[in-house]
Amino acid sequence: MLHLLIFISRFALVILLAFYTYSCFAALRSGISEEQQDFLYFRQTACMYMFILIANGILYLSTFEEQVLVMLGMEMAFFIAVSLIYKHIYRNASLSVTNNMCMLLAISFIILTRLDIDKAYKQLVIAGISLAITCLIPFLVKKLKFLNRLTYVYAAVGILGLGLVAVAGSTSYGAKLSLSIGGFSIQPSEFIKILFVFFVAAMLYDAGNDRRKIEIATAVAGLHVLMLIASRDLGGAGIFLLTYLVMLYVSTQEPRFLLIGLALGAVGMVCAYFLFGHVRNRVMAWKNPLSVVDGAGYQISHSLFAIGTGGWFGSGLYQGMPEKIPVVEKDFVFSAISEELGGVFALCLIFICISCFLMFFNIAMQIHDRFYKLIALGLGTVYATQTFLTLGGVTKFIPSTGVTLPLVSYGGSSLMSTMILFAIIQGLYVMREEDGQ
Amino acid sequence: MRKRRQESPRRRGSINREFAIVTYGFLLLFLCMAGYFIYFVGYAGEDFIDSPYNPRLSQLSEHIIRGDILAADGTVLATSEVDDAQNETRVYPKGNEYAHIVGFSSNGMSGTELDANFQLLRSHSFFIEKIINELQERKNQGDAVVTSLDTALTDALYVGMANYEGAAVALDPETGKILAMVSKPDFDPNTIAQNWSYYTETGSSVLLNRAIQGQYPPGSTFKILTALEYLNEGGGMEDAFNCSGSYTYGDTTIHCYHNTVHGAQNFEEAFAHSCNSVFAEVGLSLDKSGMARLAKRLLFNRTLPTELKNVKKSSFSLKDADSGLVMRTAIGQGNTLVTPIHMAMIASAIANDGVLMEPSVIDHTQNDGGTLVRRYHPVRYGELFDESEVGILREMMRYVVTNGTGSKLYTDSYTAYGKTGTAEFSDNKSEAHSWFVGFAEQDEKKIAVAIVLERAGSGSEHAVPLARTMFDTYFR
Ligand SMILES: [Zn+2]
Repeated sequence: MLHLLIFISRFALVILLAFYTYSCFAALRSGISEEQQDFLYFRQTACMYMFILIANGILYLSTFEEQVLVMLGMEMAFFIAVSLIYKHIYRNASLSVTNNMCMLLAISFIILTRLDIDKAYKQLVIAGISLAITCLIPFLVKKLKFLNRLTYVYAAVGILGLGLVAVAGSTSYGAKLSLSIGGFSIQPSEFIKILFVFFVAAMLYDAGNDRRKIEIATAVAGLHVLMLIASRDLGGAGIFLLTYLVMLYVSTQEPRFLLIGLALGAVGMVCAYFLFGHVRNRVMAWKNPLSVVDGAGYQISHSLFAIGTGGWFGSGLYQGMPEKIPVVEKDFVFSAISEELGGVFALCLIFICISCFLMFFNIAMQIHDRFYKLIALGLGTVYATQTFLTLGGVTKFIPSTGVTLPLVSYGGSSLMSTMILFAIIQGLYVMREEDGQ
Repeated sequence: MRKRRQESPRRRGSINREFAIVTYGFLLLFLCMAGYFIYFVGYAGEDFIDSPYNPRLSQLSEHIIRGDILAADGTVLATSEVDDAQNETRVYPKGNEYAHIVGFSSNGMSGTELDANFQLLRSHSFFIEKIINELQERKNQGDAVVTSLDTALTDALYVGMANYEGAAVALDPETGKILAMVSKPDFDPNTIAQNWSYYTETGSSVLLNRAIQGQYPPGSTFKILTALEYLNEGGGMEDAFNCSGSYTYGDTTIHCYHNTVHGAQNFEEAFAHSCNSVFAEVGLSLDKSGMARLAKRLLFNRTLPTELKNVKKSSFSLKDADSGLVMRTAIGQGNTLVTPIHMAMIASAIANDGVLMEPSVIDHTQNDGGTLVRRYHPVRYGELFDESEVGILREMMRYVVTNGTGSKLYTDSYTAYGKTGTAEFSDNKSEAHSWFVGFAEQDEKKIAVAIVLERAGSGSEHAVPLARTMFDTYFR
């Protein structure tokens, strides 16, 4: 009987997420009325709660661990708190952004409970703390009028933080990413990404084609990127570089800046390939993972075994072997999702991420103030680039760069910084809505 | 806020065009990635699923009934019987005959059972059937692996080898597909588990698949290489030689088989008569490193290109060889050791215009309804011989049949080519392995074979008649 339940629920989860994803894009259609939109968002919320109930049900029936039920209760409380804040306190918040944040977190809680319930619990606690902190952000964004004047504060904090990591950071999987402070391990670069966007926006919003300002911005951005390369955080370097180029291109309206920047990035990648052994290993593992399955290709091979064996409908929760992938709960969480919940489910997840950044860019486009416009654009680019690097890396579409999937991967810094990012976007959206009225 | 907007200098129109470019750029990247993901899950993932490094496969047997192994004509070579309690018993209806090529699925696995383990544990049953099975908590039926094995040819070979120990392989030169493979002594795979400790504790070689793991001195079949090197170094087919029944250089004397005196003959005739004296003399004249390069090109000392597992390498070395060893090596004695499948591959490349196709036994997999799941296409390894070499070798190997030791293969119904061999393997000159390596063609149909019968005596007397039986059966 249990077998039958799990079997049916497997398809139920896929159908729920497919329905949710369809609603994401249906709501973005032009010419849709507000009532229709609200109905779609309501349907999304219903899908999300059903997903949590069914998935936790399977998790409980598979383990009979009471902790799963405790988690379910806490998750419900968390999501109700989110909707209280973003539907009732900030009445003008974007329901699309709120729903996507909740859905991604729900998927994260479920897969982490499956992989390691203690980590899922920690993640949920950090999500709760982050929610408490970030619920003030939309309010602050509206009230703090001097954010565009802190240009060099952002740059100084960013460079200092990255420098500290490069010197004193602890190494994991060949890259220096984190600092240990009082027993907690934090990844400064996750937060510096946001500061960096603020720095670039503050520098460029009124720069026009002012050469000197562009030169300073470029020098500071280059310094960030070089420090990340020094820490061997290639994924991070890619995110900072692309974010800067996109912001520079949009604010100057000069396509040649983008093209020259991308060309320099490409040359840099080729140089890195010839200079650094670890880069060559990554590329080799990408070209033919099975040929180096015992070495550099181990992670990616096991990721692909998981995705391939899971197939379109997945093995079902607890039926696969995602724990065979090293650091599966962080960089390779997508592979675990694809293996156990199915390729269709994972594809929906990709499209939810797409709808997220489309919404971010859409919000950015509608903001009139150039400073805030650039911030929304920069944060959207950070999100899109990071998502692309991680999803592309674990599916062997591009060489793996070791970055996390925002909101889904395990990791306190990544989770908190992404929730801050979403809250800033909400703040900008609320501001635009209230301006417009 | 409105104020700041007015202040911003030199606004050139709306910057929403740039936004559109950035948005569509990212959208394109993500759509390509989603497309790749669909391609991977739907198609490319198969290579990863079937990888022996994939730890998930060991779990599959809990949900899937191991599929059948079939001969090319559908004859069941291995199947699983399932009782009411879902316990599986592996059954081999053909018993000893296919013991080595089909192998066994317990005790560490061997043969096709090992090679196709992953395919046998995948189920592509119709999905409704799968759902019904899931609901009744029954296992799904694994896919059947259809091999390229020809039952008539295998029957003829198995009977023809009689009680000799040894091995024989037949390949389709154009595809590399294995048509038959027999190794004796054999065993009954149905009782392998019961007899396992007996086989392993007594040090018996019964479990050794001699066709791919037996390392034999090649005897005169190696003269194919010696002759090719001689001709490549400027020798000619018409070069005149004289055989007095033996050839001596330094303190080594090489005898012709049974001390036969072959008398005056040209090089082609010496090849056809398998004259050891002439080949010992020729061997001394050859460039050692040239010979080593040829051996390397023909895959000696290298892992053979094939999907079959546990295939042994052939070995060849002329390093620090004195003249005696050089002479013995030239006639296929020396330190050279070959596996029968390797010799069959060399013959198949000559038959296939110099191109070697990688040997394989899996033709396709099908689900329990007989619907094709995946076809395993022939894999081209590359060119072993160039066009002129193929011409020379065909001419000489044909001459063996028309005028030499392979005359029992002469018939009007097909054209046979080959080289016999009599390989001494100990100091006891009376004991020798009987070899035949060659191929035959009839219109577009081709077959390449390698046969070795241990302690049977001369190649022309024992291995050649068996080759005749195989060709007759195949072209019937
Ligand atoms: Zn002679």
